[in-house]
Amino acid sequence: MDSPALAALLRELVPAADVELAPSADRHTTVYASASQLPALARALRDHPDLDFSFLAEVTAADYWPREPRFEVVYVLVSMSHRLRLRVKLRVPGADAHLASVCDIWPAANWLEREVWDLFGIAFDGHPDPRRLLMPEDWEGFPLRKDYPVQIRKTPTSAEPLQVTAEEFRANVARDRLTRER
Amino acid sequence: MPEVRTETMTVNMGPQHPSTHGVLRLVLELDGETVLSAAPTIGFLHTGIEKTAEQKKWQQVIPLVERMDYLSAQSNSMAFCLSVETLLGIEVPERVRNIRVLIAELQRINSHLVWLGTHGMEVGAVSVMLYCFRERELLLNINEMLAGFRLFPSYMRVGGLREDLPRGFHDAVRAFLDRMPQKLDEYEDLLTKNEIYIERTRNVGRISGADAIAYGLVGPIARAAGVDYDVRKYFPYLGYETYDFAVPTRAEGDVYARYLVRVAEMRESLKICRQALDRITPSGPFAVADPRITPPPKDKVYTEMEALIQHFLIYSQGFTVPAGEAYVPVEGPRGEQGFYIVSDGTNRPWRVKSRAPSLLACQALARLIIGGLIADVIAVIGSIDVVMGDVDR
Repeated sequence: MDSPALAALLRELVPAADVELAPSADRHTTVYASASQLPALARALRDHPDLDFSFLAEVTAADYWPREPRFEVVYVLVSMSHRLRLRVKLRVPGADAHLASVCDIWPAANWLEREVWDLFGIAFDGHPDPRRLLMPEDWEGFPLRKDYPVQIRKTPTSAEPLQVTAEEFRANVARDRLTRER
Repeated sequence: MPEVRTETMTVNMGPQHPSTHGVLRLVLELDGETVLSAAPTIGFLHTGIEKTAEQKKWQQVIPLVERMDYLSAQSNSMAFCLSVETLLGIEVPERVRNIRVLIAELQRINSHLVWLGTHGMEVGAVSVMLYCFRERELLLNINEMLAGFRLFPSYMRVGGLREDLPRGFHDAVRAFLDRMPQKLDEYEDLLTKNEIYIERTRNVGRISGADAIAYGLVGPIARAAGVDYDVRKYFPYLGYETYDFAVPTRAEGDVYARYLVRVAEMRESLKICRQALDRITPSGPFAVADPRITPPPKDKVYTEMEALIQHFLIYSQGFTVPAGEAYVPVEGPRGEQGFYIVSDGTNRPWRVKSRAPSLLACQALARLIIGGLIADVIAVIGSIDVVMGDVDR
């Protein structure tokens, strides 16, 4: 399936998503879609037999500050049975940046979305475990935003021991279990 | 008689545990010896390489991305170069493509050797580590010969290679390729039919092919579970479609199957290396003939005004890359890796994102070890072959 055919099929499956084809230098099909239709689009991408994008290779974002809408969130998808690659890009505004989570469709998205939240501050609604991934829990700001300074000095604000209390641990375990049961 | 205590126990494994391959912290909840829950904590090695890369010129990013993953340094820099070259719209010479294939496959053997050595040591086969590091030393010597640096050679450049192959390169690689098959047999003699090793690894850390894909675990882990996805076959780059090699797969999806797949992969890599080496002439073009990107030869810089100007421009300003984005996937030692790069048309990247196979392997770790024994945790961490620098970046 070539890029126009793929885009046409997506338009037919999810008409509300406003799928538009974007140019790409690497000849992988790239489409822009409307962020509000992400769950429907994701489900169609994974479940439609002609698409079968079962492998989510990457979720990442790019900050185009000061342009508005500021963020573009990128989903890199691979269909192994049809040997297709697809990049779905969603425009997300800077104020109150949030998107629907796709963890229930592709489990691989869990940590990838946490990383995007951690480094860009884009929230994922319905994420089972919306914590920071790489930065310390008490970190302020989102380092990969373009208005975040490159070199700063920061004294650590927390000096608690690594050990958690029994209650905290049980809460963590319960939360972890919830994550896996979803 | 004292009361029998039946509550679960929590164990904090790491961050400084010798077999977590870096600084990975695992909080395990144990019922006797059975793992009830596991919560991996990462981020201890987060160095902000992606943010740093945005401040560098395009060529300066190469040493940075090599340091993400010390076992696939040259695969990383190659993937980055391929993405930038795609965006630039340049085609590297045939000879450069063959040299890159050779280097990438040697890197895969190198990575699998370290994996086999450390994994063998962790499950009790200490001598395997000594055997593997003996051969890895030869590969590091080849790196040293190539670029003067053993772990992070930074030999790849956008547009080709840093310099031409050194004298004696072919002989050194051929000596390694001739020696390696017998050595692989030696490793297999130590492990493949070793009753203790099989007991430690068979039916441990199992995952089905469909689950492996859903969790993004492509590469050797998925191939050990029956998924034949290999970027070199599915989306060929650098002319891999012209090489004759097989993609080894196993159906079981356990630690033992991952071991068999990786050893078979080393044999296939040797086959590719031999074919690539036969295609590479001892001297020839080593970079694209594009004066914007490739610096002029040094003898011209000393004698010609234009060459001096060009040299100065390339080393002070770098080159600009047309606005746009690119992602060229390659098959690294740990599965699909690649760099999603965005350019705004200047001489510095706007965004560099590495697809890190180790991150996804780490994510699925909890799924692989829950329900198993605590002793198997070590075997499973070893078998998914995570490099924490690649996880945290």
